[in-house]
Amino acid sequence: MSSPETEAGTREPVLRLRGVSKEFPGVLAVDGVDLEILPGEVHVVAGENGAGKSTLMKLLSQVERPSRGTVEISGEPVEYHGPGHAQHLGVAMVYQEFALAPDLSVAENLYLGREPGRFGFVNRAKEMEEAGGLLRRVGLEVGPTRLVAGLTVAEMQRVEIAKALAIDAKVVIMDEPTATLAEREIEDLFGVIKALTDDGIAILYISHRLDEIFRIADRVTVMRDGAIVDTLPVSELDEDKLVRLMVGREISNLYPKPEVEIGDVLLRVSGITRGTKLKNCSFEVRAGEILGFAGLVGAGRTELARAVFGADKVEGGSVELEGRKLKIKRPQDAIESGVGYLTEDRKGEGLALQLGVDQNITLANLPMTKGLINLKEEQRIARQYRDQLNIRTPSVRRRVQVLSGGNQQKVVVARWLETNAKVLFFDEPARGIDVGAKAEMFGLIGDLAEEGRGIVVISSYLPELLNMCDRILVMREGEVAGVIEREEFSEERVIALATGTEETA
Amino acid sequence: MTDGTENGTSRGSALRDRLSDFVSQLAAAGALIVVFVFLSFASPDFLTADNLFNIGSQTAVVAVIAVGMTLVIITAGIDLSVGSVAALAGVMGALLMSSFGLSMPFAVLGGTLVGAACGLTNGFLVSVAGLNPFIATLGMLSVARGVVYIATDAQSVFGLPDSFRLLGQGVVAGGIPIPVVIIITVAIVGYVVLSRTKLGRYAYAMGSNLEAARLSGIPIRRYLTSVYVISGALAGFGGMIAASRVASGQPNYGIGLELDVIAAAVIGGASLFGGQGTVVGTLIGAFLIALIRNGAVLLNVNTFYQQVIIGVIIWVAVFWDQYRRRKLASASE
Repeated sequence: MSSPETEAGTREPVLRLRGVSKEFPGVLAVDGVDLEILPGEVHVVAGENGAGKSTLMKLLSQVERPSRGTVEISGEPVEYHGPGHAQHLGVAMVYQEFALAPDLSVAENLYLGREPGRFGFVNRAKEMEEAGGLLRRVGLEVGPTRLVAGLTVAEMQRVEIAKALAIDAKVVIMDEPTATLAEREIEDLFGVIKALTDDGIAILYISHRLDEIFRIADRVTVMRDGAIVDTLPVSELDEDKLVRLMVGREISNLYPKPEVEIGDVLLRVSGITRGTKLKNCSFEVRAGEILGFAGLVGAGRTELARAVFGADKVEGGSVELEGRKLKIKRPQDAIESGVGYLTEDRKGEGLALQLGVDQNITLANLPMTKGLINLKEEQRIARQYRDQLNIRTPSVRRRVQVLSGGNQQKVVVARWLETNAKVLFFDEPARGIDVGAKAEMFGLIGDLAEEGRGIVVISSYLPELLNMCDRILVMREGEVAGVIEREEFSEERVIALATGTEETA
Repeated sequence: MTDGTENGTSRGSALRDRLSDFVSQLAAAGALIVVFVFLSFASPDFLTADNLFNIGSQTAVVAVIAVGMTLVIITAGIDLSVGSVAALAGVMGALLMSSFGLSMPFAVLGGTLVGAACGLTNGFLVSVAGLNPFIATLGMLSVARGVVYIATDAQSVFGLPDSFRLLGQGVVAGGIPIPVVIIITVAIVGYVVLSRTKLGRYAYAMGSNLEAARLSGIPIRRYLTSVYVISGALAGFGGMIAASRVASGQPNYGIGLELDVIAAAVIGGASLFGGQGTVVGTLIGAFLIALIRNGAVLLNVNTFYQQVIIGVIIWVAVFWDQYRRRKLASASE
């Protein structure tokens, strides 16, 4: 989506930062940043977690006050007056967690705090009419009277974008807007973004996902350690260069896949059925094998893993481990049999954030002596995994809450290793962790396969699966659409199966 | 991302972590010490064995029930029914003695079991029927109180054997009140349960993240139910202590008691969001409240001021808790 006139300097920047820094006690979160955003461009800010992207966005939307430097909007330096002032000047923010009131209607949300009308009365007719126009501009086909609570995530996001239009935003900041969207919804979102940039609105877009950056960006600014490393037109970047700029060092191999002798079938799943979500799904995982689950969001990949693990009730199907039929009704049955599941949402479903690293590691398999927890043994186990998996924490008693995403992920891995799981499901293991930590995580997954475990990796990012897996199972609308062997891997084949444009066994 | 896994530093920071766990309690403990020292100087009657034992005996009911409440609060739950359940248990235990001629130990056991049965109902409503703990136990608050009135026609139950007085009024080993011994015993058991048993560990895990606990294979329903059973049993036992102190079963006993109990836990660092709370903290909270009550009496302060002071302490304690949380949350970004 690169427009021809993205050359800097031909247009007056709509937003300009000069030497902006933000200090928190003990941390220089943003360090002397100069940045220009041009009208009508999609400007991606990329960088690892903790690089300062989010703080930068907060400075732009005036949620935070800069410690030093100036922010100019349309060539005018602005004083800090809080987020309301930034909106007034035309800078709108679409948050990852939407700031909508679920029990109010779409129209009421669009005009929340700026209701048309006089004397404290709301002019509802006017509100509805204008809301209708805004919704059309963001391609949202829901009535303005609908309650926000009944909308899908993608629809709520559109309402957020419409809110930005309602205040005549010149710059719309989007913080990882595709994180919660399905592939088709992402396409639609990119369409809306295109329409907005055609109207001269600048989009400042924060993203982790390399594929997306190349699909949508006009220019890319890479941040590291609070400072800007470089701002480049996307045409001057490729994936390797971008990763190098983000990480600050060469990552020799993002997907270190070991050569593993693949053994016998460990897990055999047959005919799993659950309502309309899962229809007669069967697959096998062999010892030492890494099996990928591909498919569109909502195709049933997570549901299938959860069904095998006993996290959701199923209507039919059977699970065999090493030839033994398992009765899995609850997660604890699966765990006792040797099946583990690492959730996609670490913070929401994986970790007890207020507990220590040690307590999280032993949660599924407490070391007991005479009915009491053996605290010494617990410490020993925790230290062992800290060293083995290189979990970076000042102490194993530290709360997991304060660890980085990559290290939190390792804590969850440690928990499952401690249960002696023979088969492990990794649901989006690399989501939300740094590029460097990703390479480490995939290295770890490779090691686990090498030890003879069976591994299932669920991922929405195809390069991960194509590089790491021995076979890829593709799901579509709750069914297994097909299984592809490594020799026949190609992005096209996976997508064809996932979208149903090709029928294969 | 910090890089400091070296063994040399881990011991020191483990100690630091342990210390920071106690910081919130230190605030309450500090307040307890300040009040204690102040009262020692302000009133000649305060620092006497009689008065201190008296405080201990008075605190027993709140302290015992608060240990159970702490367990519930750690799971991110609440038990509003403890006051009513204590009354029901006290009255039922009294009836077992006066009408059925049971001996004192069996009656105490009976009262405790009545409490446990109420707790089982609460636990079932929360973990199986899926009611919000606030609602489930609010219902029990009303139901238990209603049953007390139905069973007694709102009349006190008298005619209890003298031996029953022992529980709340007796002394052992040259003057230590039995209620004080009970506090110490329940506290030690509670401490071990919280820090060294599956039940305790799972309570923290469930309160911190219920779904993570479930997906880690913890049988949620069983453990969540157990927590309410324990709270109910301790409320029942507390009700028996209270009945013993007045040598009768009082249908009106314990109205508003749940607020003191919750206050003790919260002042002691238990978080209503779950995942946090300790027995030591809760005991400090219970004694802080008791000292303020006692001091107000000794210094002839209008009793209404006690309520105000305790309310302010709750504010400060909870504000402190949330302040720490925010600091921790911002440190994790």
